[in-house]
Amino acid sequence: MSVTVRVPTILRTYTKGAAEVTVEGATLADVVAGLDATYPGIGARVLDDEGRLRRFVNVYVDDEDVRFADGLGTPTPAGSTVSVIPAVAGG
Amino acid sequence: MPALDATDVAPTPGRGASPRRFGSATALVCRECGATYDLSARYACEECFGPLEVAYDHPPVRRADIEAGPPSLWRYADLLPVPPDPADRPTDLAPGWTRLHRADRLAAELGMRRLWVKDDSGNPTHSFKDRVVAVALTAARTLGLSTVACASTGNLANAVAAAAARAGLRSVVLVPADLEAGKIVSTAAYGGTLVAVEGSYDDVNRLCSEVAFDRADWGFVNVTLRPFYAEGSKTVGYEVAEQLGWRLPDQVVVPVASGSLLTKVDKAWRELGSAGLVEPTPYRVFGAQATGCAPVSRAFAAGLDVVAPVRPATIAKSLAIGNPADGPYALDVARRTGGAVGDVPDEEIVEGIRLLARTEGIFAETAGGVTVAVLRRLLESGQLDPDAETVVLNTGDGLKTLDAVVDVVGPTATIRPSYESFQEVGL
Repeated sequence: MSVTVRVPTILRTYTKGAAEVTVEGATLADVVAGLDATYPGIGARVLDDEGRLRRFVNVYVDDEDVRFADGLGTPTPAGSTVSVIPAVAGG
Repeated sequence: MPALDATDVAPTPGRGASPRRFGSATALVCRECGATYDLSARYACEECFGPLEVAYDHPPVRRADIEAGPPSLWRYADLLPVPPDPADRPTDLAPGWTRLHRADRLAAELGMRRLWVKDDSGNPTHSFKDRVVAVALTAARTLGLSTVACASTGNLANAVAAAAARAGLRSVVLVPADLEAGKIVSTAAYGGTLVAVEGSYDDVNRLCSEVAFDRADWGFVNVTLRPFYAEGSKTVGYEVAEQLGWRLPDQVVVPVASGSLLTKVDKAWRELGSAGLVEPTPYRVFGAQATGCAPVSRAFAAGLDVVAPVRPATIAKSLAIGNPADGPYALDVARRTGGAVGDVPDEEIVEGIRLLARTEGIFAETAGGVTVAVLRRLLESGQLDPDAETVVLNTGDGLKTLDAVVDVVGPTATIRPSYESFQEVGL
């Protein structure tokens, strides 16, 4: 299941500057693992030492914040877009 | 990161600039892991995604120097990440130095001994956002950025559009399409680009974050320029201390949206204590949210140090941030100082607006209603000491959120233009 990942500026050193990459995965966890297999080291930027999403990373599958869905278990259907965004307070 | 050379005063082209261009600011530091970066339009740590904050090497600052400064936030320029030469700062609207109003009638109504309202509705676009924008726009100009932009719940939209107009910069402001009409109109009037987004504030914020990836020459004041922007909020804390005669109050109640203002008031008071400008007396910091968007209050009540996002549903739209990234830091401050974070339903927000208006003649926007209503709740629950000197922050003007009260206040009577008619209604 091919998924598009939008890569934040601070992770583009891993993707050789690419703003979007394509990986395979049925869930967000699979997608992160797939990213790390293709771009070694990127997974540790997104996940903490215990394998959870870092506190200041927001991840969306299409328009859904995965914290309102199933976190790393959130399904990533074929054709969906995963956006990884640094949390910013806004306001 | 390369070491910083504080003696290098030549401007650096592009997104970075030498430290002296930012006064006594020396670097951006990750609040989570401590990684350091040069002063530039970046906001997230490359190691851990943590938020970046401005670090300083302040020269000694004296009360007399501040008191001799202008009647605006620029009197605290030595404590902000701005150019040392005032001529390098944009010709802005000089916000700040708003009144600290002794609220004796409200205090009497609530059974308090001494209460003050720091009334930031007196800023140029009638909210505290003029403060953060003044600092962010200065940073944008110093960094050579061509456009200033923001995601906004309304007050920031006003402030960015007005300050950009004044400074002759292009502005692009993105807001939720369902904002109060007053905030839409009063932004559009300044002539910048205004984009209404069909979504919540959190959707708008996310969109801006993504757009910012590919707009290196734009300064998103509350995204890419956030470390500079947020420092502007410290000036509320500086002013309260100076206006009290260079001392700190015992308690403060601060409205919480992102959580940034609350953390920066605390930072300001700690800085003043460290600099010897005030006696570092203990104080307690309380946060105020609307029940319809209370992620920080819920986390406080549950004893959590992480803030689960919520989908906002409240009339207090300027506080309707369901995913407040500074929430954990606001929790830290409330707990460290012995304060609390509370929330109130929309009906009490309206009552809070009316209470402040009828006792003190201050017409606050919904965020001010939240603060006054939470103050009352905290007194009732015994969490806030009625005998301790207390400051509450009113962050915006009620004229911006007329929708909130239009159904509950209005003419006492409608009469014919005759004396008889006047008497008929008991007047």
